[in-house]
Amino acid sequence: MSRTIRVLIAKPGLDGHDRGAIVVAHALREAGMEVIYTGIRQTPEQIAHAAVQEDVRAVGLSCLSGAHAKLFPKVVALLREKGGDDILIFGGGIIPEEDIPALKKAGIAEIFGPGTRTSAIVEFIQKSVC
Amino acid sequence: MGLAQKIFAHDTRAASRLLSWIEDGDSRASGELREIFPRTGAAYLLGITGAPGAGKSTLTDLLISLYRSRGLIVGVLAVDPSSPFTGGAVLGDRVRMQRHATDAGVFIRSMASRSWPGGLSRAATEAVRVLEAWGCGLVIIETVGVGQNEVEVSRLACTTVLVCAPGAGDRVQAIKAGVTEIADVIALNKADLADVEHAASALEMTLALHPRGEWRPPLVRTIARDGMGVEELAGAIDAHRRFIEGNGTLAEKKREGLKDHLKEIIRRKLHERISGRLPSDGELRSRVAEIQQGLADPYTVAEEIAAKEIMP
Amino acid sequence: MCEDTGGAKRQWRETALKRALEKLGDRSPAAATPSGIPVDFLYDPSDIEGLSYLEELGYPGDYPYTRGVQATMYRSKPWTMRQYAGFGTAEESNARYRYLLAQGQTGLSVAFDLPTQIGYDSDDPLAEGEVGRVGVAIDSIEDMELLFREIPLDRISTSMTINSTAAILIGMYLAVADGRGTGRKLLRGTIQNDILKEYIARGTYIFPPRPSMRIVTDIFSFCGREAPRWNTISVSGYHIREAGATAVQELAFTLADGIAYVEAAVAAGLDVDAFATRVSFFFNAHNALFEEVAKFRAARRMWARIMRERFRAKDPRSLALRFHAQTAGCALTAQQPDNNIVRVTIQALAAVLGGAQSIHTNSRDEALCLPTEESVRIALRTQQIIAEESGVADTADPAGGSYFLEHLTDRLERGAGDYLAKIDAMGGALKAIESGYLQREIHASAYAYQKSVESGGRVIVGLNRHRSDEGDRCPLLRVAPGTEAAQRERLAKLRARRDGRAAARTLAAVETAARGTENLMPPIMEAVKAYATVGEICGRLRAVFGEHRPVSTL
Repeated sequence: MSRTIRVLIAKPGLDGHDRGAIVVAHALREAGMEVIYTGIRQTPEQIAHAAVQEDVRAVGLSCLSGAHAKLFPKVVALLREKGGDDILIFGGGIIPEEDIPALKKAGIAEIFGPGTRTSAIVEFIQKSVC
Repeated sequence: MGLAQKIFAHDTRAASRLLSWIEDGDSRASGELREIFPRTGAAYLLGITGAPGAGKSTLTDLLISLYRSRGLIVGVLAVDPSSPFTGGAVLGDRVRMQRHATDAGVFIRSMASRSWPGGLSRAATEAVRVLEAWGCGLVIIETVGVGQNEVEVSRLACTTVLVCAPGAGDRVQAIKAGVTEIADVIALNKADLADVEHAASALEMTLALHPRGEWRPPLVRTIARDGMGVEELAGAIDAHRRFIEGNGTLAEKKREGLKDHLKEIIRRKLHERISGRLPSDGELRSRVAEIQQGLADPYTVAEEIAAKEIMP
Repeated sequence: MCEDTGGAKRQWRETALKRALEKLGDRSPAAATPSGIPVDFLYDPSDIEGLSYLEELGYPGDYPYTRGVQATMYRSKPWTMRQYAGFGTAEESNARYRYLLAQGQTGLSVAFDLPTQIGYDSDDPLAEGEVGRVGVAIDSIEDMELLFREIPLDRISTSMTINSTAAILIGMYLAVADGRGTGRKLLRGTIQNDILKEYIARGTYIFPPRPSMRIVTDIFSFCGREAPRWNTISVSGYHIREAGATAVQELAFTLADGIAYVEAAVAAGLDVDAFATRVSFFFNAHNALFEEVAKFRAARRMWARIMRERFRAKDPRSLALRFHAQTAGCALTAQQPDNNIVRVTIQALAAVLGGAQSIHTNSRDEALCLPTEESVRIALRTQQIIAEESGVADTADPAGGSYFLEHLTDRLERGAGDYLAKIDAMGGALKAIESGYLQREIHASAYAYQKSVESGGRVIVGLNRHRSDEGDRCPLLRVAPGTEAAQRERLAKLRARRDGRAAARTLAAVETAARGTENLMPPIMEAVKAYATVGEICGRLRAVFGEHRPVSTL
């Protein structure tokens, strides 16, 4: 039986613009995934705890305030601490291209910038977790 | 170390993984469930249901705080519907409860009502045992709407709380025939709204028309948004608990639940044994053609196959 | 209003139009505005049959203000060119403000960072990574003084995009003016102070709705007396639109919020005309030129009627909807960023044709980062070229009378009116927000939009059509990495230097006032002058009011 893919979509930090996160959540649902949305204003700890309780295969982080450089790696580190090494972590929002190598080095698998087709995110998750 | 031992040691990841195995129908689940079974069965199961917009999630969030302050370890299963078309779901109940995410004494799990083998009752029954093995003394199952799922949950739950809110005019959201039969306690939320009196009378009348033996479901007014009425709600739940513990109803309920669960496990075992022997679509094609040509009927064909393939 | 051309148009459809369609086809058979209003091949007098010029349009400066809130419009004075700016420390932002003023900007618009907007000091753990990023970090009145160094508060108008912490920031602004001896009555500007849209679309709320509305009305009352030229609220549709709403939804939900604020103020005992003259609005200026112009005109007409008929306002200034417009950030692309300069031009033109009182034009690098000096200069020049070279500023409501425009204005009014009736039936904007209705409507529009872009049904040049392989580079502004550390140090020094007991006393007074019913502004101003910080003041308010927790709207 093929496992249903569960994904956590979260907004770390103080940024409250959730349009992208919600659109991605709906697109993933349309692709047959179960999406747990945490809402805005999450600390990295809240995100990591939720990801473990929900046993998700992937975590999507959205940040438009520029705090990604600090916060995304924190989420990765906390997840690893909790044994979530196999969780796929991706991100989106306002993230300058030059920040992407450092994020990837810190364990973010992919960054999806403005203009990304939601189908690209769906395919990425499906390919990476199966 | 198997998952069961880790779960007894309060390992969240292990518990979470077993919950996934249960939802996915992974065959590895039954071994672990067998191992945790002896140390479970005492947890109190609280069902919370009601129409969307009535304020369930807010009340659940407040109840978590209340029970935590009493020193309980609390589990929450937040159930939302899956899309009938894509099978996917957006599970947003956590949003309301996320402040408890980092509390080591709370385990929140969002569940989409996919087509679980055995339905919601089976998945929920087993999930509750996992949460209990992890440490929960109380598990809240939150479901939306009033339908088949909710009826199943109310059979499992020790106490079922129905959350209503005043509708436009004197109509109450989710007052449908039969709904009061599942409620042990009714929370009339948004009690600050002008038409709360109408709603209260309509509910009282429905309750009076469908009496359920000795227990008269109390109507508790709450304003979840302001945190009001939660103590009273907990009080009503406590009262129901004392009632069903006192007169043997709880013991009866657990017995029935165990019997249903046993039947479900047996059914599943039999199905596993049989499903390998069901003919494939390809194998059936010629039989279907015969039926279409008027040479046979599906009932006779089925009997032949059963006699030959499944129960020789 | 005009000749009856219905018959002639029908004739035309059946003859010339039909022939042309057969020969050349229709490249857009389901043509509609982005909010779904169908668009015909042509509009003529028959499409605005029954429109009474005097009743529905009138003259600029006269009820119902459809054609403009002021008789001479831009002939006397062009709109205020007010570029939103702020980042890093107060000194860095101050430098940017002086640059912009030197380049011809005519009003200031302050962007605050998220910790300041959400009531956390720069050294709060929750502020980590966020200090100075989306705006300037303001922790205390010292930062405020630096922010406005060498800027004459009596000669410049300042708009502050601040909501949950508006009382503190306007308190600081007034205190800085007091310190300089600048009379409060001379101060001109705006605070956004629109908490409802925070719950709907923007997310920088702190307290639950009821106490938040109390703070809003306290500000109305206090500033109405102390700083009568100050706009105490900018009821905003911009963010609602950015979150995915259509033009109709933007119009409806903004007016619904406006109605809620007026109701709250009246319920708090204020006379309508005592504060409504200082209520202003903030709209989005999006790509579909005519729909946007129609939206602005419909907004004015609807608000004038609402204020007169529903709230019985008498002062004409209470009836005249004044607004700031910002070009749509969500319509810009990261791909081929120079295209954004063109988009912003069209959007700004819509705002001008729509009669905006002030305009912010986005920079081309909006989708990538905060704007560089060069990008923001181009954005400013865009407004200046429209003002000086296009001729549209020489006459009021130049597009008025266009059959298409008047038809759209009516349709937008009707669509928004339907929503308002629904929201009223729910008990008003606050109830509609608490039930998640507005949010769900917006999410649905956002998702539909995304799907139409991905299917190609909606074309975005450079993104899903006319793409190019050239790199999408443009020089980016980086917020100086030392901001967070600098602010921490500054806070430590402030706390060491100030009179700790005085600060504590004033904070206790804020808390007492919050528990009671007296106006919060005076105690907040005392606290601010005693060097209490934004985080400290909000900490007290949080203790009394609690924090808002959002409903799940999915």
